[in-house]
Amino acid sequence: MREKILNMLEKNSRIDLKDMAVMLGTTEVEVANAMADMEKEHIICGYHTLINWDKTNEEKVTALIEVKVTPQRGLGFDSIAERIYNYDEITAVYLMSGGFDFTVIIEGKTMKSVAQFVSGKLSPLESVLSTSTHFVLKKYKDHGTVLEAPNKDERILVTP
Amino acid sequence: MRNPISKKIAAIEPSGIRKFFDIVSEMSDAISLGVGEPDFDTPWNVREEGIYSLEKGRTFYTSNSGLKELRIEICKYLDRKYDLHYDPIEETLVTVGGSEAIDAAFRAMIDPGDEVLIPQPSYVSYIPCAVLADAVPVVINLQEKNNFKLTKEELLESITKKTKILVLSFPNNPTGAIMDKDELAELVPIIIEHDLIVISDEIYSELTYKGEHTSIASFPGMKERTIVINGFSKAFAMTGWRLGYAVGPSEIINQMTKIHQFAIMCAPTNSQFAAIEALKNCDEDVSKMVEAYNQRRRYLLNAFKEMGIECFEPHGAFYVFPSIKKFGMTSEEFATKLLQEEKLAVVPGTAFGDSGEGFLRISYAYSLENLKTGLERIRRFVERLENN
Repeated sequence: MREKILNMLEKNSRIDLKDMAVMLGTTEVEVANAMADMEKEHIICGYHTLINWDKTNEEKVTALIEVKVTPQRGLGFDSIAERIYNYDEITAVYLMSGGFDFTVIIEGKTMKSVAQFVSGKLSPLESVLSTSTHFVLKKYKDHGTVLEAPNKDERILVTP
Repeated sequence: MRNPISKKIAAIEPSGIRKFFDIVSEMSDAISLGVGEPDFDTPWNVREEGIYSLEKGRTFYTSNSGLKELRIEICKYLDRKYDLHYDPIEETLVTVGGSEAIDAAFRAMIDPGDEVLIPQPSYVSYIPCAVLADAVPVVINLQEKNNFKLTKEELLESITKKTKILVLSFPNNPTGAIMDKDELAELVPIIIEHDLIVISDEIYSELTYKGEHTSIASFPGMKERTIVINGFSKAFAMTGWRLGYAVGPSEIINQMTKIHQFAIMCAPTNSQFAAIEALKNCDEDVSKMVEAYNQRRRYLLNAFKEMGIECFEPHGAFYVFPSIKKFGMTSEEFATKLLQEEKLAVVPGTAFGDSGEGFLRISYAYSLENLKTGLERIRRFVERLENN
């Protein structure tokens, strides 16, 4: 049941509680309780909205930064990650396998502000060995959703 | 000029609700809960294989029976899913949709005057295909009180000395009824005793919401007298690829292959390559689709309950079949009025046989948003009817 609730919420966090209960063949109370429990357990970490900022007047720049670090004795990667993710501009930090250690996703107003963040804040961190910044040119798909309006239903209206 | 039309084809009635379909096709601004195909796109990995087969220039004919690799995968799939054991070489035929398999099955087995039992409500092809094969179609009108399942009494009553074939189509379009293992087991001794052959159209076999689908061919003594028809349209959302198959005793499949060979040659090659991928690597896609259908099914049933419209609980396919008898209109009148007043297209139950009178087929192959919009229109419509 939990997984089913999560799958529904992941696609549509605004789904009506009653609709959810009906569709899962259970009661509203049960769904509400399960959601409350999962919020407490930090399985549900938020109910965000997927926005295509390109369609607004708001200027936004997203960059993906590959970061190589030297892990600190006794603390490993976690404390370095924390020093990075505490910045508000950072929207995601992942520890990676392969050629570098962290993927850091940053959002800024301008390329300049992102560049300043990398050179002024990220690179000088003691454990950071190197960074490689890649700017996002266009977002096609995010969180499993194609951002452009979906195709229209082209099926024949009525078929046997 | 002489009459160019054969008497046989002229005698076949065009679909009883042709008029209704004509009105629908003229309304460009109508929305619909009337389609008989999935709203999902074919999974991308399957489409990709189709594209790749074109890129590689695989634009040749395949063998009449279909690509050997595909037939092998079909047999593995039927074994894995339904405990059906068929030989890919001798007992498997790849067809242009399940529809072609239905047609070929009748033509391969019918002599003029043989009777074919066709339980209704059911898909629109069975009677015309039986008639084209010179059979005498005998309709069994299934009852709502039996949840539109075929009972052994109904079957026994309809059997005569001339009865040769029984058509079974569960999970059913349009009712959504299924027949589980125990219910099928009731029919098996009668079928065997009267030496009937079954054409079992199991095109919706993946879409069941209460236990796994059971094929009648899996019962002892049934494999040798059953043609199982299935395909890719519903399970893998591949309607437009036009690909289905039939499995059964080699003596029947061989004759069906002959018809297929001369009428069709072979099923579309790129569809066949894509279908191999569907059978190999789509279990997860299918179970996601099934879960989505099941959620919508519950949603619709609840909505009709709230509207005070009676609807038995269907456990298969992607249709609900609510009763509109209490409004004192025929299905076609109701559907036509609903279309004119609310611009919502649904299919009158009578499209699937006389026993569909008093019912509507509502499809849930739609997103929740579309279902909500459609249901809101039905609610408004019904409220007006009740207040008048």
